[in-house]
Amino acid sequence: MIWNAFLLAIREIRRNLMRSILTMLGIIIGVAAVITMVTLGNGATAKVTAEISSLGSNLLMVRPGQRMGPGRDSSGAKSFSLEDAEAIRNGVASIVAVAPTASASVTAVFGNDNWSTTITGTNNDYFQTGNWSFAEGRQFSETELKSGKPVCVIGKTISKELFNNEDALGEKIRLGSFSCEVVGLLQSKGQSMMGSDQDDTIIMPIKTVQRRLTGNQDVRMIRISVKPDIDTDVVNRAITMLLRDRRHLSDNEKSDFSVMDTQEITNTLTGTTRVMTMLLGAVAAVSLIVGGIGIMNIMLVSVTERTREIGIRMAIGALEREVLWQFLVEAIVLSSLGGIIGIILALSASYFGSMLMGVPLIIDYAIVTLAFVFSAMVGVVFGYFPARNAARLNPIDALRHE
Amino acid sequence: MSSTNATEPALIEFSEVIKTYGKGTSEFQALKGVNFVIHEGEFVAIMGPSGSGKSTVMNTLGCLDTPTAGHYLFQGVHVESLNRDQRALLRRNYLGFVFQGFNLLARTTAIENVELPLLYRGMKRHERQTAARKALQLVGLEEWENHSPGELSGGQQQRVAIARALVTNPKVLLADEPTGNLDTARSQEIMELLSRLNRDLNITILMVTHEAEMAAYANRLIHFVDGLVEQDAYQEPKS
Ligand SMILES: Nc1ncnc2c1ncn2[C@@H]1O[C@H](COP(=O)(O)OP(=O)(O)OP(=O)(O)O)[C@@H](O)[C@H]1O
Ligand SMILES: [Mg+2]
Repeated sequence: MIWNAFLLAIREIRRNLMRSILTMLGIIIGVAAVITMVTLGNGATAKVTAEISSLGSNLLMVRPGQRMGPGRDSSGAKSFSLEDAEAIRNGVASIVAVAPTASASVTAVFGNDNWSTTITGTNNDYFQTGNWSFAEGRQFSETELKSGKPVCVIGKTISKELFNNEDALGEKIRLGSFSCEVVGLLQSKGQSMMGSDQDDTIIMPIKTVQRRLTGNQDVRMIRISVKPDIDTDVVNRAITMLLRDRRHLSDNEKSDFSVMDTQEITNTLTGTTRVMTMLLGAVAAVSLIVGGIGIMNIMLVSVTERTREIGIRMAIGALEREVLWQFLVEAIVLSSLGGIIGIILALSASYFGSMLMGVPLIIDYAIVTLAFVFSAMVGVVFGYFPARNAARLNPIDALRHE
Repeated sequence: MSSTNATEPALIEFSEVIKTYGKGTSEFQALKGVNFVIHEGEFVAIMGPSGSGKSTVMNTLGCLDTPTAGHYLFQGVHVESLNRDQRALLRRNYLGFVFQGFNLLARTTAIENVELPLLYRGMKRHERQTAARKALQLVGLEEWENHSPGELSGGQQQRVAIARALVTNPKVLLADEPTGNLDTARSQEIMELLSRLNRDLNITILMVTHEAEMAAYANRLIHFVDGLVEQDAYQEPKS
């Protein structure tokens, strides 16, 4: 009987090809829209999260002044010193790395090539706080750090611009009045969230930078890595207290420095992308509902014609349940076919979309299932119930239906 | 009732069948106590003025509608006490119905229309097509099996409808004004077909018609007036 119903349903689909295609189209569009939007949204979220984690996990950044962002403090707040960094290292619990930094813009020269870049003076903790790993070479030695030797670790972009990606270890880069020897090459990290090239960097012992480039003892930023699974808020408060004390601020004075927590940035950004994903999902859900209404419309419009047909079928001896099975199978076949086409369409759209947007392809099977089930349900409900009402009539009343 | 042959088993028996349409003030009695007995092999023409209840009788006979009161016996079985499915099976296995308005499935070829009742009987594809072709041959439409109703003339459509009613080898063929939409030449073709079926295949036929010319093909004439049988007589059929 099921096979018979299947046969009848296929005939019916073929006979009403246009209506069948329109019905499926509603499902296809709805399913494809929902899955594509959610998949791309998830991909964007994942990308943002990955970028944030490349910034360094559980990272606190302490800067003089209250202004956030890459610009320097405009308040003229006092800089930090290397002693401040030592005090934090010794006085605050649960931290694993403290990297004071001082930076300067320079033009680096090697042979006939020159390149404008930023020099960061710091210590070996810097590599840990920034999640940097070495492609070649080594970190700074204890003596190089202590005495401010002219040695440097370079990023991928420097290697490319000055050395054509050839072996740079042991070579000397000219930086204005002095040269420094390349002792290490960093693994590439690519673009930062803000779109700047993170690999366009030269790192040196902070004492070298202070002595030869900035000409002062200032520390412009202290990067601090907190142990994993430790609440950064607690560490943040401890650092703030310690620094306020060292800067002799009384209780009613505002801090003249700021502590930025990457965890906060992570939360804000993932929160934003999550909202975006939900918004896209909502838009897609609307299209799914519109698709559903389309199906409903087509099904209801065809009810008059179908009622007469049901009358004919019953007049020639079809049982009520045979008619119902036929319509149920037809609705199931149409909606699942539409659903499957929609899923295929969504997956290819997601694949190309994620490639185009440069985000990872993350397929949420729960959404795929949900979209499919919803569309199938709409198809079945609106395909089946009008037919059920018709099949309950006396054959003669179904035949007389106008 | 006129001469009934007691040696033949009663195929159909109507006794005091009443059909009421509507409720309350708009209530209307279309059949007011109809009695007749039909025997196997008869070709019955039903005539009567418009509104006299002819179609109502046919629909009741065809189990498309249920009587309000009275008894309808089919081969001794009380049809009025059957449930929906049992009535559907009665239609499927014993009855063929030809409507005045053809009632073919649109956008469906002649052969598929004729096959339809066999599909519900669960017949195999090959047997189904053979039977459908044979039925179409019987009505002279073997050349037209792949045409849909929209591509056929009224007479051809009516013949497809007859083929559909015949394909299951029904015991009884019920035809409500089968020639109502056709010109005289086509009507005569249909009538000759029906009387051939009656004669050669021994199919019992009940047919409603307005035209005495068509009724002349039958061997019995029942006249309805105002929801009642007014006259019921055997006659020599034209052939
Ligand atoms: N569904 C219905 N609801 C209400 N009244 C009906 C219905 N069907 C038929 N009638 C009434 O029952 C009476 C008998 O109708 P029926 O169709 O049996 O007449 P008929 O003899 O076939 O007429 P005609 O020759 O015009 O086809 C008519 O007065 C008609 O108005
Ligand atoms: Mg009538």
